[in-house]
This record gives sequence, C-alpha cells and structure tokens, in this order.
Amino acid sequence: MATMSGDDPQRSVEQFLYRQAECLDTGDWQGFIDLFADDGIYWMPADPSQATGDGVPSIFYEDRDLMAVRMRRMMHPRAWSQKTEWGTNHVVSNVRIEKHDAASGLLVARSRFHMMEFRNDSTRHFAGSYIHHLQPSPDGYRIRLQRVDMVNAQGLYDYVLQAWV
Amino acid sequence: MDLRQAVEADRVHRHVYTDPGIFEQEMDRIFHRVWTYVGHESQVRKPGDYWTVQVGRQPMIMIRHRDGTIHVLHNRCPHRGAMLFGNRSGNAGPTITCSYHAWQFDTDGACRMVPLSKGYDGTRLAPGGADCHLRDMKRAARVESYRGFVFANLAADGPSLREWLGDARIAFDDMCDRAPAGEVEIVPNCFRVIQNSNWKIFLENQLDALHPAVTHESTGKAAFDVEEEMKKRGGHAPLSYHYMSAFYTTPIAKWDQFQTLNYPHGHCILTGYMGLRPRDPDTLAYEEAMKQAYGEKRMEEILGVNIHHVLLYPGLSVQSPLQQLRAVRPLGVDKTLTEIWHFRLKGAPEAMYRRALGYYNLVNSPATLINADDLWNFWKIHQGLASDGGEWVSFHRNAGQDLEEGGVVTSCIGTSEAPMRNQFRAWVDYMGAR
Repeated sequence: MATMSGDDPQRSVEQFLYRQAECLDTGDWQGFIDLFADDGIYWMPADPSQATGDGVPSIFYEDRDLMAVRMRRMMHPRAWSQKTEWGTNHVVSNVRIEKHDAASGLLVARSRFHMMEFRNDSTRHFAGSYIHHLQPSPDGYRIRLQRVDMVNAQGLYDYVLQAWV
Repeated sequence: MDLRQAVEADRVHRHVYTDPGIFEQEMDRIFHRVWTYVGHESQVRKPGDYWTVQVGRQPMIMIRHRDGTIHVLHNRCPHRGAMLFGNRSGNAGPTITCSYHAWQFDTDGACRMVPLSKGYDGTRLAPGGADCHLRDMKRAARVESYRGFVFANLAADGPSLREWLGDARIAFDDMCDRAPAGEVEIVPNCFRVIQNSNWKIFLENQLDALHPAVTHESTGKAAFDVEEEMKKRGGHAPLSYHYMSAFYTTPIAKWDQFQTLNYPHGHCILTGYMGLRPRDPDTLAYEEAMKQAYGEKRMEEILGVNIHHVLLYPGLSVQSPLQQLRAVRPLGVDKTLTEIWHFRLKGAPEAMYRRALGYYNLVNSPATLINADDLWNFWKIHQGLASDGGEWVSFHRNAGQDLEEGGVVTSCIGTSEAPMRNQFRAWVDYMGAR
C-alpha cells in the first residue's frame, strides 16, 4: 500500500498505478472500484478531442454505481460472454506528475499503458495514455477522475471491452 | 445450393448464412437494389462537408454541394481508380482533388479540371469526345431523403424511398415528431462495432423478444441490484438503469404481451416495453415544451406512439424513442460492421438528450453492458451453423398463427418468430428464390 506522508510522490504514484493495474490483471474488481473516491469517475472518451465526458458520447463514463453494475455483471454466473477464458496483462510506464498542489495534496499524473488481452483463443493489444486526478486520503490516494485514451479508440471495435482498461 | 430449396415458410437452410457464394448474390440482388441509409443531412452542414460510407460493396461518399444539395458519389477517381477520400470525413473545400494525378471534381462529382489536358486530345475522353462523361465521378443511381435521413440506391429502377419505407417510415416520424422543433440533428460520434457473424443474424436478433430475459439476465440483475442499493441510500437511479434492469424484471412470459408488426420488404416494428413516459420533473418539462409546440392533443398522439425498434430490412435498425440507429454494413459472409449513431431532439430540454445518451453509452458503446452478450451469441450462432448436427434453422414458433391483413402481419404474441419469417419472405423475393 502506497502512502504519501514522507514518501517521494513520484514513487508513491507509481506504486499506486501498479496496484491499479494489478487489480485489473487479477480480477480484483472491488479492489479496483475502491481506488476511486466516492464521486470518482472512470472515463474513456469516444474521441480524443473531448475535454469532458459530461454530456457527450463516451466509451466508458462510469461513477462507482455504474462500476458496481459492470462488476456484478461480470461476476454473474450467466454472464455468457464471460464464460470463455480470458486474462489481461497491463504494463504502466512513463509516469510523470504534471501538477501537484502542495496545500491540498491534489495531484495530476500522466502515464502510458500497454495491455495485452487473451480472450476466446486470440490475443489483442491495447495501448494508450492514462491521466489520473488523485486526492490524498488517510489510506492512500483516491481517484477523482481517470481519463483513458486508447490509441486505437478511433478504429473499428472487433471486440467488446468488458472490463476497465 | 438451389436457392429455391433454401428457404421454407418456417425454416431456413444453414448455408443461407454461411455460403460465400450466396453472400455475393445477396450483395448484387439485395444490397445493390435496396435503399441504403448513408447518413443524416446534419452530418454535412457546409458545402464541401463529406462522409465516406459503404453501400453494398461500394465505397462511396455523401457530400454537400455549394447549392445545398446532397450528393452520393462513388469514392473513385475516374482516371485510374484511386479512392478520392481515404479518411472518413472532413471538408473537401470547393473541389475534390485526386492525390494521384490531380484530377479535380466539383462537389457534385462533375469533372472540373484535368491537368495537361492536351494529352487527351483526340481520345474518347477529350471534351466533346464519345466518353467525355466518364471524366465525372459516378453518382448513385438515386438519392432521396426522408425527414433529414439520406438514402442512396444503386439501382435506377424500383420503388421510391417513400414507397419502399411504407408504414415503417414511422421510424423517422416517431423520432422527429418527438422533437418540439419537429426535427433531429446528429450527435457527431459514431460507435463502430464488428460482429463476427452473418448480417442476417443481427437483424433476426433485433426483433427477437424471447432472448433479452435469457441473454441479458446478468446485466439486468446487476442493474436491478444497484438500483435497489441506491434506493436504500435514499437516492434514485437514472432512467438508464431502468432500461437495463427491465431485462431482469420482465420475465419471459411477459414478453408475449408485446407485439410485432411485419410489413412488406421485410420491415418490422417491435412495440415498446420500457415505460418511456415517467413522471419525473425532466419529463414534465419536456412535455410542456411539446405541448407548446404541438398543442395537447397532438402531443398525446406523438408521445402515445409505442415503439421499441423499427427494423428497415436489410440494413437499418432504428430506436426512435431513444433517438438512435444502427446501420448494418456487411463486410463478408461472416463479418458485419454496425455503425451506431445518436440524434438530438431539436427544441427539447438538455435533460432528454442526456437520458438517451446514458442508454447510447451503456447499450451501444464498444464497452457495452448489453451487446457484449449479443455479440457473443452472434459469433456462437455463426460457428454453430458449421455443424453437421442439423441442416435447418428453425422459425417454427407460432408459425401459422399470425394474422395477416392488407399485407401486414401482426404477430399473435410478442415472441412469435413472425419477424424472421417476414424477413425471409423479403429475402426470397429479392433473391428470386420463390
């Protein structure tokens, strides 16, 4: 668990991002959701030029309640398309703290990810950038907004993104 | 196989879905002869605005000319055949220029300039030459629009768009009438999702009232549980949760209470089930705007229209009360592209747009909570059709019990497989397989 007090913020943000990636790769969906603040949002724009997900088409635009729907669906015994074996592997890198407000502790971090997904006997690659808006809390950072821009977001989707990327 | 033996009144041979030769015939006899939805007028507002679109096998463009007319042209330079537009959309400026040898065309497709034109002196492409019209970009044989929705047809003969739509034009009337200003405009993002299955499998699923409670049980239950938790916390869930939980709270038996109306040319309507007229403040504010625009009597007529989907065979599924549509572009016998668009009701409060947007994101985005399980079924269906375990696909449910009057078949119950039988009646006609 990354803490902030006394830590190098660069290092604690990196540890936080690795932990989030590990939640996705191990299917710890509740652990993933718990990394978000109560009003936190997970957003994947439909178009890289979008400045907000509010009121525009998005691939994901989910608060914790919608994340709970997604999680419960994946865990339902008759979520048919989840029957096939699948797994992901996220690598997160190029972590850069872009803003850090010393008074509030609010922090904006940019990073790059590469994710390989194995599903239904085929392998797919997803890559792109994360922007995390993080706030400190007594037991580590919490995400107020995570923006995910996939580099292939404008292409044809020969698949459905069932879990968060 | 002999097409006349491939389709019976209540069953279809599996090769109709899997045979690449039959797929090629479908392209020629169906997709190159029907009206294909190419886009909405509000996608190309300014002269030179264009969108590329596939009509059957043909790469084409929809473009706005400087006189305001919209043209649908083959995306091909008449010189050496290069596509003139390699990107999906943009503005061409006053002329379309080929990236290969700089032939230039007006935005209605007429050739405007050929560089070093002396080189064509004495040839059939010279001005006044026998084939000088072949310097122009080729146009779709016919282009017509209905309430802002533009269609192209590659065949010069056949019914007009209005005749072809018939009563199923209610898809567009219902969508546009729900706007206080009487029209809709495009939301400029398109979700493009591939289905690894034959195109007909998608169309059959659109009006299949038996599958939601089975296929979408997991999402329905998940949305229902979270809705309940939100109520316990003293809040209430947005309407988009209700659209999903309906798959769980509507048991299979209840789907029989809905109805399908099956029209000539394979078009079909599934009546509504989602309860789209709640009494919340947003809906009431919207109804006030509608009352002012239309008067109370007409407003009641408009909002009383009870539609879930309208299927315009073979290429368009319209969800008019939520202002979205899915255009079907077959890419191969086992691969189908759907382009999914959302529209805004002009003159309606912002809250109504956002309500429908919630549905658009959750149901139609590439991270869909609903179609994930449909697409999985489509792939499994297509794979299953390779099986020698049986030759026929069954459409026997309530066969012989549907009521036909004046060319319109009304299903006796919601889960009747009447829409699939109706689609294949159209298929047989188009394919000349009677």
